Amino acid sequence: MEQIITYILLALMLIFSVMTVTSGRILRSAVYLLTVLVATAAIYFIMQYQFLAAVQITLYAGGIVVLIIFSILLTHHIEHRMENPVFWKAMISALAALGAVAMIAWVLKDAQSIQNVAGFIPPKMEDIGMALLSYGKQGYVLPFEVISVLLLAAMIGAIAVAKPALLQFKNKNFKQDDQ
Amino acid sequence: MISNIPALHFLIVGSLMFFIGVYGFLTRKNIIAMLLSAELMINAVAFNFAILNRYVFPVHLEGYFFSLFIIAVAAADAAVAIAIIINIYRNFDTIEVEEVDDMKY
Repeated sequence: MEQIITYILLALMLIFSVMTVTSGRILRSAVYLLTVLVATAAIYFIMQYQFLAAVQITLYAGGIVVLIIFSILLTHHIEHRMENPVFWKAMISALAALGAVAMIAWVLKDAQSIQNVAGFIPPKMEDIGMALLSYGKQGYVLPFEVISVLLLAAMIGAIAVAKPALLQFKNKNFKQDDQ
Repeated sequence: MISNIPALHFLIVGSLMFFIGVYGFLTRKNIIAMLLSAELMINAVAFNFAILNRYVFPVHLEGYFFSLFIIAVAAADAAVAIAIIINIYRNFDTIEVEEVDDMKY
């Protein structure tokens, strides 16, 4: 039963990824991306990585997709249709992607020997928290701190970039040059 | 249980998803659509890390934490990208990459 559900989820991920990159309407492709992310979270749940699945749903499906939809609605008319890519450009891109897939497939033929190593214990929330804050062996306090500084810098940077008053003066010069 | 499914199937789906993202990134002309493709790629990488951790090192959590940190970095880069997109829209009234070329020449 779980097997069938997993295969359905994998198929959903593939189908909706293709639809994300081919759909002509941008709002729809954002919703297709949301489906892909939720299916990924469902697979994390099946793998018994509950915390990772929760982070995937809250941060990815909840945060990032909402941000993207928000900016789509700010910058596009809702009926906006994107033009299709030129045929030969699409063919060249598909060829590049397919070549890379072939390369990966060549590497993956050795991956058939990957067996499920026994001894899996579902990670407890307590262990995850302790590992994130420990600086001993198997501790992740340094990347944790780096991520927090990165998030702070990204927030400040986002505010500074999107702030209109800073740009007023430069824009004025820019428009005069045009005329 | 998930152990009935070979790891290969997950890895194939993960790598296909990554290269679908690459294809989208190469063909799309709209910055937000390109950002969507990039998110697809990031998601595929995090997925592969989690799968390999689950199958190869089930008692450790290295891949697990890599996935967590990848998701956090993706959140930061989406925030900055959307600030840049809104700024571009304010300056150019469009977010098609072909028309935003003032610094090119």
